[in-house]
Amino acid sequence: MSAPLYGLLAEFPTADALMAAARAVREHGFRRFEAYSPFALEGLDELVGLKRNHVPLITLIGGLLGGAGTYFMQWYSAVIDYPINVGGRPLHSWPSFIPATFEFTILGAALAAVFGMLLLNGLPKLYHPLFAVEEFELATRNRFYLCLPVSDPAFSRDRSERLLRSLQPLFVREVPA
Amino acid sequence: MSTEHNRAGQPVSRDIGVLRAGYDYASVTDKIAGVVLDRSFGKVWWTAFGLTFIGVLAFFGAMVWLFIEGVGIWGVNIPVAWGFAIGNFVWWIGIGHAGTFISAVLLLLRQKWRTSINRFAEAMTLFAAGIAGIFPILHLGRPWFFYWLVPYPNIMNLWPQWRSPLVWDFFAISTYLLVSLLFWYVGLLPDLASLRDRAGRHGQRGKQVVYGLLALGWRGEARHWARYETAYLLLAGLATPLVVSVHTIVALDFAIGNTPGYHSTIFPPYFVAGALFSGFAMVLSLAIPLRHFFGLKDFITERHLANAGKVLLATSAMVAYGYAAEIFTAFYSGDVYERHVTIDRWVGAYAPIYWSMLVCNVLLPQLLWWRRLRHHVPTLFVLSLVINLGMWMERFLIVVSSLHQDFLPSAWGMFYPTMWDWVQLLGSVALFVWLFLLFVRFLPAISMAEMRGLVRDSAREPT
Repeated sequence: MSAPLYGLLAEFPTADALMAAARAVREHGFRRFEAYSPFALEGLDELVGLKRNHVPLITLIGGLLGGAGTYFMQWYSAVIDYPINVGGRPLHSWPSFIPATFEFTILGAALAAVFGMLLLNGLPKLYHPLFAVEEFELATRNRFYLCLPVSDPAFSRDRSERLLRSLQPLFVREVPA
Repeated sequence: MSTEHNRAGQPVSRDIGVLRAGYDYASVTDKIAGVVLDRSFGKVWWTAFGLTFIGVLAFFGAMVWLFIEGVGIWGVNIPVAWGFAIGNFVWWIGIGHAGTFISAVLLLLRQKWRTSINRFAEAMTLFAAGIAGIFPILHLGRPWFFYWLVPYPNIMNLWPQWRSPLVWDFFAISTYLLVSLLFWYVGLLPDLASLRDRAGRHGQRGKQVVYGLLALGWRGEARHWARYETAYLLLAGLATPLVVSVHTIVALDFAIGNTPGYHSTIFPPYFVAGALFSGFAMVLSLAIPLRHFFGLKDFITERHLANAGKVLLATSAMVAYGYAAEIFTAFYSGDVYERHVTIDRWVGAYAPIYWSMLVCNVLLPQLLWWRRLRHHVPTLFVLSLVINLGMWMERFLIVVSSLHQDFLPSAWGMFYPTMWDWVQLLGSVALFVWLFLLFVRFLPAISMAEMRGLVRDSAREPT
């Protein structure tokens, strides 16, 4: 054993081959493996073991905060902090508070959706060990990859490599940590 | 199901109308990325860039002169205090609506023809909305105080007036700009990663670093894709009511006031329909040169253009309904001022603009009933320009013709645009084209990640 490993990377030519490989690896007890594709593949997230997707919840919270905060701000300024008596009209004139409330509900939700997604994905992360594998550059063009990381409890240097080779990849590479 | 494959065993696209046959993941990516990374700029691009840059300089020059002299350099005065600036604002923000509509609504409706036109339509939205946002600020008597619209803790102890449509407008436009930007950037992430990796393969170190920084380290992991798709879908769901709300609020700027010709409940839906109408016209005005000059006819096909033509036909009918409803309401209300404004539009000082508007927005779009004309690209291009012109005239009429003869005849007056009005209108068009020219050279004009998905879908589709 020489340099420490991040994991083993196998390249597959098609989306179906990657899905099949992910299924096989999962059956062999791997739970933290990673799959890479140049476009979104339906069902792959379940195979790699993503159980809960928290983006919708974060978005909901962002929207609620944006809306409630904006309404509160308008109420506070118009009723408490800076009341203006216009011919005895009600200070808490809620219909005219709706447009700004609506807009900032959307804005809060959208900001939460985008930043929540990035945060949960651990992005921005400009460097990743996989970028050291030259062929991996095709992951954003036309190739599909499966990575078994050392951190997975089911990982074992020799058995994992044999498993990957049995799935008929185009190649298997060691990824230095 | 017999799918075609390339040598690597990957699917090859079939001709499904919105994508031509014979593309696989690699070639679809290379073709779009090649425009950005490898193609030389070329004479046509430099000429267009130079010409529009002159316009951009004129636009900013006029802006500086405005800041020095004040709004007196324009033709506005009492009673017509809202002139070109507000008309341009409404026109541009309307144009900005089609991008989000295409990206969000057509995504939710699972329309395949959305895929290759959403990216540049979103860029169009961003630029149009940005330009639109400039005009109300210029229009303020003291533009350097525009930030007073922002509710921030200040030593003047002042708050914005929440009951004013102008404050709603500020919230609507700023939200629209930010959400459009987020939507666009999130859509770009996987493509920026594609550009980073392609630049790396081809040894273009500088480009690799720049696109790499912008891509935020995207690498296409399955968990990332799942969250990404969720976030993208949610953004689409959020942007859909947003599109409708923004032009509604712009319409309320007028409808809340009790000026005859403004004070009408038809305004919000009529403005939204007009926005989509002008926006789709602008999509065609941009798509046709784009596919021609960058050889993207296999991705932006005649099907796309014809579909946009159908949307134009439908929205033209809605706009026509808006015109009819305005006339009906004016007479049915029995209000003498409303009636006067309507008749003044037909026979008054601005009547030639009114009738030209009807020709551009209602009469000529009827040509799109003919399938042959919908598939005739030059006709579509000319028609899209005509519609944009017609929509500008509509915005001008709404703003000016209602103000110039409102209540008391002793307070009536005319609006004549000055040279500076024209410089800022044409300059804003130049700025828009200039930004778009930069966009098509530095960012992928079509979403590569979604096109790869489309290649796979098209190959699987039974024939």
